[in-house]
This record gives sequence, C-alpha cells and structure tokens, in this order.
Amino acid sequence: MAYDKFTVLKSTAVPMPIENVDTDQIIPARFLKATERKDFGENLFRDWRYNPDNTPKKDFILNNPVYSGKILVGGKNFGSGSSREHAAWAIYDYGFRCVVSSFFADIFKNNSLNIGLLPVQVSAEFLDKIFKAIEADPNAEFEVNLPDQKLIISSTGESESFAINSYKKDNMINGYDDIDYLQAMKNEIQTFSTHSMY
Amino acid sequence: MPSTLFDKVWDSHVVRNIKDGPDVFFIDRHFIHEVTSPVAFLSLENRKLKVIFPEKTFATADHNTPTINQHLPVKDPLSAIQLKALESNAKKYGISHWGLGNPKNGIVHIIGPENGITQPGMTIVCGDSHTSTHGAFGAIAFGIGTSEVEMVLSSQCIMQTKPKKMRINVNGKLGKGVTPKDVILYIISKLTAAGATGYFVEYAGDVFRNMSMEGRMTVCNMSIEMGARGGIIAPDEITFNYLNGREKAPKGDAWTKALAYWKTLKTDDDATFDIEHNYNAADIEPMITFGTNPGMGMGITKHIPVGDQGSGKASFEKSLDYMGFHKDDDMLGKKVDYVFIGSCTNGRIEDFRAFASIVKGRKKADNVTVWMVPGSHIVEQQIKDEGILDILTEAGFELRQPGCSACLAMNDDKVPAGKYAVSTSNRNFEGRQGPGARTMLASPLVAAAAAVTGVVTDPREFIKD
Repeated sequence: MAYDKFTVLKSTAVPMPIENVDTDQIIPARFLKATERKDFGENLFRDWRYNPDNTPKKDFILNNPVYSGKILVGGKNFGSGSSREHAAWAIYDYGFRCVVSSFFADIFKNNSLNIGLLPVQVSAEFLDKIFKAIEADPNAEFEVNLPDQKLIISSTGESESFAINSYKKDNMINGYDDIDYLQAMKNEIQTFSTHSMY
Repeated sequence: MPSTLFDKVWDSHVVRNIKDGPDVFFIDRHFIHEVTSPVAFLSLENRKLKVIFPEKTFATADHNTPTINQHLPVKDPLSAIQLKALESNAKKYGISHWGLGNPKNGIVHIIGPENGITQPGMTIVCGDSHTSTHGAFGAIAFGIGTSEVEMVLSSQCIMQTKPKKMRINVNGKLGKGVTPKDVILYIISKLTAAGATGYFVEYAGDVFRNMSMEGRMTVCNMSIEMGARGGIIAPDEITFNYLNGREKAPKGDAWTKALAYWKTLKTDDDATFDIEHNYNAADIEPMITFGTNPGMGMGITKHIPVGDQGSGKASFEKSLDYMGFHKDDDMLGKKVDYVFIGSCTNGRIEDFRAFASIVKGRKKADNVTVWMVPGSHIVEQQIKDEGILDILTEAGFELRQPGCSACLAMNDDKVPAGKYAVSTSNRNFEGRQGPGARTMLASPLVAAAAAVTGVVTDPREFIKD
C-alpha cells in the first residue's frame, strides 16, 4: 500500500497520557466491516471521542481544538491487543504520521511501520518531558528526524535518539513496502519451499 | 550449540537474513477470515499479483457471522458484503473456504487444530492476534496485520525480527476447580498486560505436560494478552495422539516420517532463555478479572487490589471507574447480567464439558442471559453426541451456532452498556463486548457457577472432593 515518504516531520503534538491504549479503543471491532481502506480516521477512538448519540465528548483530547498536529503521544504499552492493522490505518487516516510512546505492543509497531506511520519509542523520562512541554504550551513544536533517528523538543532543544532497523528506515524514507522486496526474491522462496515437509 | 524449541522452528524457516533488518520468514500455514483479508486481496489485485501457494492458505468465516439462524441470509449488510468478499476471493485464487453453513465452519483457531491443519514444527500466521493458540502443538504461530496477509498470499513470507525468548515454568499439581484458563490468567496477572512484549514464550513444567491439547490451546491463546509474540509448548504423546487420524494430518509413511521429526522438537537441556519465570501450581486458584485489561486479574476469593499493579494510577482508576468497582471490593457476590461461554479461548468440547459439570441438575439463574457458542460445528456435534446438550437444555440453557460472537461483538451478540458479563473469552477491554459493556474474564467453571447463581461465585462450592 502506497504511503507518504517520511524524512523530517516538524509538528505540534496531541497528548494522550493513558497507559495500555488497546486497539479496541483505537478502532472498535464494529467499525472493521469495510472491504476497502476508507474512512477509518472518522472512527478513530470512536467510543472515547463520541457519545452514544454521536455528539462529541467535550473532555476527549481529539475534540479539544487547543491540541492538533501530526504526532500522537501515548502512554506506555500503546497499541496492545488485536492485530487489526485498521488501528494503524485509523491513526494514519486521521492525519497522524508519527506515534510516540515509551513502549509499543509488537504487532501494532509492525503494522505501523508497514503503512508508513512511524512508531517512535523513547524513554519514560523523555516521554514525561514531552508531555510537560505540551502542557506548558499546546503549540510546542517537535521535530521527528528519521534520517538522524532523533526526536527533538524544539522549544528546549532537548532530544533523544530512537531505534529503527536500517531496512525499515530506508523503506519509510523512500515510501517502499515489503511486497516489492519479496517479489524480487520469488525464485529464492520457490527453491526454499521445495525443502519444506509441510 | 544447544538450542530452544523456538530456535529450532524459527531458524529452519528463515529464507534470508537482511543485514540490520528483519528475517524473510517462510510461512507453512496461513489462515484467513472475512475481516482482515479483503483489503489484502484488493491490494493484490491492484498490483496484479497471484497467490503463490493457494494450498497453504485456509479461509473460514467467523468474526462477524450470526450465531442464530445461519441458514438465513446475513441481515447486517456490511457483514454480508465481507462474507461474500471472502467467498469470492477464495474462489478466485483457489483457496479452500469453509464458509457459513459448511459443516467444518467455525472459529479459525478451533478448526485449524481440530482438522489437523495445525502441526508441530510449522510456522502459522493469521490476521488475528489469537493465532498464538496454535503454539500448543509446538508450532510458531502469531497474529499479523493486513499488509502481512498480502505478503503471505503473494510470497508465502513475511518480514520478522526474531523476538527474545522467555520460558514460563509452572510445576506442581493444580488444585480443585483450577483450569488452564486460570493458569494463564494467573500468569498474566503476575507479568501484566505488557510483561512479555518483545518475547516468544515457551510454557514448560508439570502443569503443561499433564494438560490436554484443549487446555494447552487455551494457555497459548492468551499469550498475546501479556504482549508476547506467541506461546509454544513442546509436542509430546498427548499432541501426537490428538493429531493422529485427523483429516489433514499426515497418513501412513508420511505420519511415521513426521513423527520422527516432531519428536526432536524440544528445548535442549543446556539451552538458555533471555528470561525465565517460575510459578507453583498450588498458588493458583480460580481467577477472575476486575479491570479493563487481562493483566488485571485476581484469585476469585481475593479483594480488588489497592495498589495499581504497575499499570499507572490514572489508568488503574479509569479502569475501575469504567467497571463500576472500587479498590478492596470483594469480587464474590458481584451481580452478573450476562454469561458468555465460547471463543477461540474456551469454545472447545472440554470447555462445554466443564460448564455442564457444574450446571447439571441445577437451573439457570433468572437474572442472567447466557450465550453458549460452540467454537465450530464439529464442537457443536460433539456437544450433542456426548449428551451435554440434554444437560444444558434441562438446566434452561440454549446452544447457539459457531462463531466469534460476543468475544468481540462484531455481530449482534453485544452486551448492553453498563451490564456485567462473566466471559470465557480473552479480552476485557472497554467496549470489547459491546459499547459500555463490562467484562469479567474467567474459566468455564466460574462462568457456569455465575450462570446458575446470578452472581460471581467460587465454582469449588459445586465441586465434590
């Protein structure tokens, strides 16, 4: 699936200092009934964002006009639960390009990398600094620099490095996906399969 | 060099190791269902790609199928479109499809094992996190996203970084009324919902050695609920006896050959793990969850913890608030509105036997709505053949038709807002069983005790020594 190339992102951020944000909250199962990838952003955090009568919940962060930006900052163990890639789609389609947390669930992290949504894992201390920077100024700007693998709090200049393997990094910078890579090694896969007992 | 069971299976499936990148990992069996596959097929079509090995992929409809009147057209138009899409995609690409109405239809993680598709030493994936279930057979099995479903369809491979290794040993003898579900809920309550993230878990020790395949599947199923990539149990005579004679299991010489290989699938004595945890079977009692992630569990006779169990104060309080519970509350005696028995965690024949053992000779409590949903038509048939249905009917229960049902409430089986459900499924997340629904996860025995009393009850009260 084609996605935007990712190099350097400078943006304000939306804070969500809640731990264990699971994929059922990100996109409830009843919104998974599509046969194409369309409109998932509308149902991002559906039950936290809207009342049962579809009116927005005033106290939810995405409904607060003070906060906006392409970076979502979540608490520890973000994206736990189901393997639904729809969770990453919903975040991406809503307009985020980067999710920051001190800890990500494995499948969510993989899914995000596969669709061009950059998961940035920082230390608990740095995550706290990010939340504090947004608390002090909702318009605080952050720089996510993928080539340098750095997240920078622009107002204070504080930064922290983040890890990503060079294969995935190149993919994100160039907007490639794994299918192209795998197609190019099809003969090798065919040969491998002939040795399988299954 | 000594290696673990996990290493043996993983390493034998690496087609290529990308420098400073993931492994190109070969997949032996791929299960697909209606919800996470349509976008993968659409993309395949846009790229004009074929399915490389259609015989290695199996399709079933389960996530949003109705559990009553399955012979009638599916009412929900969106669900109907997804089911139709699965059927036509399977047909177009030559993939075996056990759709609604097929006698082998059922939940993907029930039908794979019961038809012998799942075998030791395999790599198995599905666009569903509970694919970890299949690890009970000594397979490496885990959930993947839709992009990866497309990768498997088109190349039979995905890109995976090898996880770290954890071993969980539980030794000793389980007490009365303590089931495999309690064992895994206990482990998750100790390790938390994120405690095994980044790891692949091997379960070892007396408790798992003595466990049935059904029980092992329940344990491996919930590995993901502590964040693990998957769980695995070394195959043994119990595994081989379970598989022997099943439809897709090897036959004749192929069986003999497979068996010789399967017997080598165990962790070498000197092999090491990145981390090990040890628990005593005697410390485990029937479990129940009180919060909104599966790590928030406790022994059924205990009080709700006063501390936050490492989940953060704000998240802990948000969770109790959602459940309408308070710190230090007793769980015993709490009102129950719904009971759900089923799902890929506890929708197998053993689970219904356990449920029936408690409700036999008793009556369903008037204040409780009970949904009994077998994991597959084969399980449904066993329930009838073994006379369990008669016991259930006599006690005032009705059996529904197979599907994922109220585990994730994609179909009509939704618990209403604010209502309490004791559920044998795997997740107690906010809204998981319907918007506003409050879920308490437990074993089939705890579910049965709640179904006949209408409140959270210790099932040991109903079990003779």
